[in-house]
Amino acid sequence: MALTVLAVDDSRTMRDMLRLALTNAGFDVHLAEDGVHGLEVLETLTPDVVITDINMPRMDGFGFIDGVRATDDHRAVPILVLTTESAAELKTRARNAGATGWIVKPFDEQKLVSAIRRVAA
Amino acid sequence: MDAMAEIRETFFLECDDLLEALEADLNTMNDGEGDDETVNAVFRAVHSIKGGAGAFALEDLVRFAHKFETTLDEVRAGRLEPTPDVMGVFLRCGDILADLVHAARDETDVDNAVVDGLLAELEELCNAGGAAAPAEPEPKGADDEAPADDLGFQPISLDFGDDDDADSGATTFRIEFKAEKTLYAHGNETALLFRALNDLGAPEISCNTDNLPALDEIDPEGAYLDWTIRLETDQGEEAIREVFEFVEGNCTLTITEETSESSSSETPPDGGEADEMGFTPIAFDAEISLGDEPAVAEAEDSPAPTSTDPAPTPTPAVESKKPTTEKRAEKKQAASPAKATVRVDLDRVDRLINLVGELVINQAMLSQSAQESGAAAHSGVADGLEEFKQLTREIQESVMAIRAQPVKPLFQRMSRIVREAASATGKSVRLKTEGESAEVDKTVIERLSDPLTHMIRNAVDHGLETPEKREAAGKENEGTVRLSAAHRAGRVVIEVADDGAGINRERVKQIAIDKELIPADAELSDSEIDNLLFMPGFSTASSVSDLSGRGVGMDVVKRSIQALGGRISIASEPGKGSTFTISLPLTLAVLDGMVIRVADQTLVVPLNDIVETLKPSADDMHEICGDSPVIFVRDRFVPLVDVGHALGYRDRLENCLGKVIILIESEDGTLTALVVDNIQDQRQVVIKGLEDNYGYVPGVAAATILGDGRIALILDPDSLLSTAIAAPPPIQASLAAAGGAYV
Repeated sequence: MALTVLAVDDSRTMRDMLRLALTNAGFDVHLAEDGVHGLEVLETLTPDVVITDINMPRMDGFGFIDGVRATDDHRAVPILVLTTESAAELKTRARNAGATGWIVKPFDEQKLVSAIRRVAA
Repeated sequence: MDAMAEIRETFFLECDDLLEALEADLNTMNDGEGDDETVNAVFRAVHSIKGGAGAFALEDLVRFAHKFETTLDEVRAGRLEPTPDVMGVFLRCGDILADLVHAARDETDVDNAVVDGLLAELEELCNAGGAAAPAEPEPKGADDEAPADDLGFQPISLDFGDDDDADSGATTFRIEFKAEKTLYAHGNETALLFRALNDLGAPEISCNTDNLPALDEIDPEGAYLDWTIRLETDQGEEAIREVFEFVEGNCTLTITEETSESSSSETPPDGGEADEMGFTPIAFDAEISLGDEPAVAEAEDSPAPTSTDPAPTPTPAVESKKPTTEKRAEKKQAASPAKATVRVDLDRVDRLINLVGELVINQAMLSQSAQESGAAAHSGVADGLEEFKQLTREIQESVMAIRAQPVKPLFQRMSRIVREAASATGKSVRLKTEGESAEVDKTVIERLSDPLTHMIRNAVDHGLETPEKREAAGKENEGTVRLSAAHRAGRVVIEVADDGAGINRERVKQIAIDKELIPADAELSDSEIDNLLFMPGFSTASSVSDLSGRGVGMDVVKRSIQALGGRISIASEPGKGSTFTISLPLTLAVLDGMVIRVADQTLVVPLNDIVETLKPSADDMHEICGDSPVIFVRDRFVPLVDVGHALGYRDRLENCLGKVIILIESEDGTLTALVVDNIQDQRQVVIKGLEDNYGYVPGVAAATILGDGRIALILDPDSLLSTAIAAPPPIQASLAAAGGAYV
């Protein structure tokens, strides 16, 4: 069965790119515009993997990860953080916030898919 | 279009939105009104542009956005104070970022010297701010990583390629691995790690369950297991480290080459010589079934293959689901998502607008036919047609609303114009904007950009004084240009005001005389002198400055505004400043008009211009200087203009008795009385441009098609007045221009 992936990013461009790459890989792709929206989507969706951007309005990636980990239904879902930061600090912060792993933007389609497969049970 | 090209297009559309928001937020910060969220929003905008640019390998854009973002981060972190100087740099960076985006989109070039100059300034700000911070590396992609952080976490590039480290032959590694509680809490899964190791070779995995407490003491989310893995692989240690990349920091990991005794791990081994604890190696292939382990698995009923791992598993959700959903629902209300929008090709909207225009004409024709065929006033047909008319109007208004856009983006662009003009003239200028949410037709906004740009430049260049002069005049050093929009009586009124010295009327008049625009002995009112600025060929700039002197005068501005069905007027007070007022129709497609008859011609007068209609009595009629008729109305003398004569349909009327007077108010408050034969109807008419199909006719704004299928001209009262009073003696001109003051 196709893996269900929720991708959260405030950039329309990035959402489009994620949708394209993930659909090409045969995933069932769902999108959200920011953390608040992402949590709303999670009320009805049970994804196998969640991908999230960090810098977003309303609720950033850290807040979103916190929110996901605080749910009963999704507390153990693998969460990959999208980051363009080269600073390791952000990854550390993301991991401390409960992220499972990360993907560096601009992402390579193949790497993105591999990273997802790596964390998906 | 392929998918990527489409996304690229989306990216540039998104960039426009982001740049707009960026400009607004930077201005807010510049006004000292921003808070942390404003800084964050600015950061995000630049960040998003960089992210997208990276995806399309727009290197110049990435490079600049990155430096900009880094500097903004200094502000965000509180290491750099957003002083006016710093904000000045940021605002210019916003401009250049916009230029770079557009250059990338249009595949043109930008002035590299400017970009490099700004990059250097940003670098300086960075250094000044985070003095201790190391220089930020240029972003190149995933492989370019900063040094390890204080947790000793070394990011490793993801390399899923087939080429390995080209180690000669296979090496056996010994991996000691102990998961921490957080590893599971973060959604990682030890079984997946072992599965990944399986791709590198055939691992022998032994699990140490010694630390596993008794069942009743087990924390289901705890981590009690550690593993020792022997792996023979022809891939290097790097490949193994990559497998554990995501869990580093959430585990204790030691990797040693079996052939050598030295440990190459960066994390000190925890738990010492695991070997001596007597683990039983088990093959991963045989699934992880640790026979001697208590039955945590059964208790947990975890869907994960590593059922033996005390991974945090989802609590059976049946009973807990409801409250969760309710809680979320509340949250949802608190922060409703952004309004849903649809992006539609403008052509489609315009086609719709055209069709609605046709519908309006069609409806008028139908009404007329019904009337001509003798349908009674309250017959079913007439009532139905009346409803149809209302509906048509509602459809038309709704369609127009689609094209309506707030003037905000236009106003925001002007802040850049002000900045550039200020720096070119060495003046200190603040732009204040008001009424940015006022909505106007998209085309009006687009075509307003050039005239407005010119007016803003003029305001800075000619309107405002130099700081020295301002100081001498007891004013603030910093000049103010105010740009405002407001809806007034079915039109949108845009004002450009400066608090400069006002129009130097003596000089303006002298220039007009020198250029032979007016006779040397002309007697002109203040208002007339001010209006000389709009005369073709007039320019007050003593030296053609880089700014306003681009061969465009205020006459061109006036023509552009008129082409939009708008009017422009000027008011100036010596020492206090000047205000230019533009009044525009909300739409270019339809207007409410009064259908009149003059000399057997049917004409339309825009309803918005009409103050009052009246039948004149002989007592009200007066003559000034023999042949300049005026009418006394509303406690003042108002010049009479015979429309039939002004348009050349007939000779001047001897007597206006028995005719109808339409009182027109210009933007500056001037009243004029138009003389027409009679009024026929009041209705919506569809505007059909005359200039595209024929040419500009003084006094005529456009044409329309009436219900009977005939064409009628739509009058442009302002232009008609200037036509009518251009030829007659000066006294009438001055009377008209002076705003109907008491004579």
